[in-house]
Amino acid sequence: MDFTLSEEHLMVQKMVREFAEREIAPTVKENDRKHTFDRSILPKMAAQGILGICIPVRYGGAGMDYISLGLTCEELERVDTSARVIMSVHVGLNSLGLLQWGTEEQKQKYLVPQAMGQKIATYGLTEPAAGSDVLGIQSTARREGDHWILNGEKMWISLADVADHFLIFAWTDMEKKRVRDHTGMSAFIVERGWPGLETGTIHGKLGVRAGNTGFISMTDVPVPAENMLGLEGEGFRIAMSCLDNGRYTVAAGATGLIRACLEASVKYANERQTFGVPIGQHQLVQQMIANMVLKYETARLLYLRAGWLKNQGIRNTRETGLAKWFATQSSFESADDAVEIHGAYGYSDEYDVERYLRNSKGAVIYEGSKEIQQLMQAQYALGYRTDKPLRCELPAYDPEEWQREA
Amino acid sequence: MHAIVCIKQVPDTTDVKVNPETGTLIREGVPSIVNPFDTYAIEEALRLREKFGGKVTVISMGPPQAKEALKEAIAMGADEAILLSDRAFAGSDTWATAYTLANAIRKIGDFDIILCGKQAIDGDTGQVGPGIARQLDIEQLTYVFKIQEIDFQAKRVRVERLLEEGREVVETRLPALLTVVKDINQPRYPTIMGIRRATRTEIPVWTAVDLPDAKPDLLGLKGSPTQVVRVFNPPPRSGQIVMIEGESPQEQAAKLADLLLKEKVI
Repeated sequence: MDFTLSEEHLMVQKMVREFAEREIAPTVKENDRKHTFDRSILPKMAAQGILGICIPVRYGGAGMDYISLGLTCEELERVDTSARVIMSVHVGLNSLGLLQWGTEEQKQKYLVPQAMGQKIATYGLTEPAAGSDVLGIQSTARREGDHWILNGEKMWISLADVADHFLIFAWTDMEKKRVRDHTGMSAFIVERGWPGLETGTIHGKLGVRAGNTGFISMTDVPVPAENMLGLEGEGFRIAMSCLDNGRYTVAAGATGLIRACLEASVKYANERQTFGVPIGQHQLVQQMIANMVLKYETARLLYLRAGWLKNQGIRNTRETGLAKWFATQSSFESADDAVEIHGAYGYSDEYDVERYLRNSKGAVIYEGSKEIQQLMQAQYALGYRTDKPLRCELPAYDPEEWQREA
Repeated sequence: MHAIVCIKQVPDTTDVKVNPETGTLIREGVPSIVNPFDTYAIEEALRLREKFGGKVTVISMGPPQAKEALKEAIAMGADEAILLSDRAFAGSDTWATAYTLANAIRKIGDFDIILCGKQAIDGDTGQVGPGIARQLDIEQLTYVFKIQEIDFQAKRVRVERLLEEGREVVETRLPALLTVVKDINQPRYPTIMGIRRATRTEIPVWTAVDLPDAKPDLLGLKGSPTQVVRVFNPPPRSGQIVMIEGESPQEQAAKLADLLLKEKVI
């Protein structure tokens, strides 16, 4: 057992921390107030190698491991949730899905430009009437010659109005759709600009206002047959395996948000005086600080263990789900406490903690709500649920393999 | 074009604590960073390389852990790094440090320009850069704010120096040593690709044996003419707080201005 981060991990962590503090922190409050997604951050992240951090070099990535991905998400969300969301959809849900399931041609065509940050990618599973109820999605794909014709509506899609590539899930077997047999669902790589595909932005969100969240509308979108990811009928399994990676980035990010709450609260508790002493001297404030410490350290261990399992190539659906549930719920509770510690000032956007509270709630819901996570953990414990091997597993991290040029 | 950049690893604090017994800096528990002024020197060298091609070599003298600072320079994009580390170098003052670095630079051989930060944030002497230039008998341009023109063929450089009361444009021949100020550029972050290269690079360590031309009695404490008799923190400045009252902000500002004029602050 070894809890030390490598020299490489520490350098990545330091670089992303400085990057976030210098490039994101100065404008986050303004972007949040104005509900503006600042696209200029994408080429900057690309230049640093962040957008392809754990993708092998021969696929345009930076060749780091899955732990580095987690550390990056923690550092980004410590400064801004919307920056981490980019990593969740672009790397976690899409690029790693291509790495795991894609053909060599698909990897060359889509993964390479994504890992280099030339193209931005997202993931379209959720629909207006189907979130936790994945088999309730209504999108369909019917075969016509060498194309699939996609119809349907995707909702609550991060970067919907920004992304160039979309990973779309739809029913390809209508009989199986009717009887809710998941083997009737398939996955497709779809490009912006194809006829019948439209996107839009959702306004009025509680949090992540500096991020882009929207919908994808598909009306008879022709998708070349070679753009099916995995096999026909494998869509559900692919969707779930992508969530193993998306949830990992969410867990790591939420851990960063807890740290942000802790840092802000400690600073304020040492500055603010009431009853003649800094409020850090009051025991009930200390209790809230102690809880944040506990939640931060626990969330961190949980996500790093999930990252370690990914590095080893060991299936981690259970561990990643646990990390996601714990870290997101803890970030919400920590942000609530952070606002409490800041008192009335915490209620104002003069301080950052109200944004932390608003930003924390989304991740409790998306990528498997806390209720879904609880059902899963109970089912594992009760023996109702086991993970069956997949046709394509996420490859274990091998530094030589990841860093060879061709 | 071959640029050599001299860097120093320093404690990550401007609030340096001094051990009152020994008069030396307390480094324990303080994370180390590349001296911030040196990062501008690294950046300027990388920009020269981007413009003219060639190579950037970074050198540092310090304990073995100073490798971290050199790796950071490689992560930013430097081509090569050399660490000068030996117990024989310990206790060097600015003269002995400059002497040792100059010997290493002579051993490296061909170079067109040497870049240093204007000073280190721990020692704050600003002497090592100029010292290296004197030891190597090359021109020195200190407090450089901007390289206006540089021609490696004609071996000329013209720079803007940032002085206390204005700027000065000076020109000299190459090779030269430049010390740079913070406004010269905005240093880049290491990229992940750079970090990968840095963690895989073995940094050569040169000891006194590797510098045969350096006279042993001119190295380290023995070679240091400066004796630090005492190091201490000056007592914190004491002062009084005066609240300026007034009917309006304008009136308060006027009173404040009067006070400052009276005290000859403005």
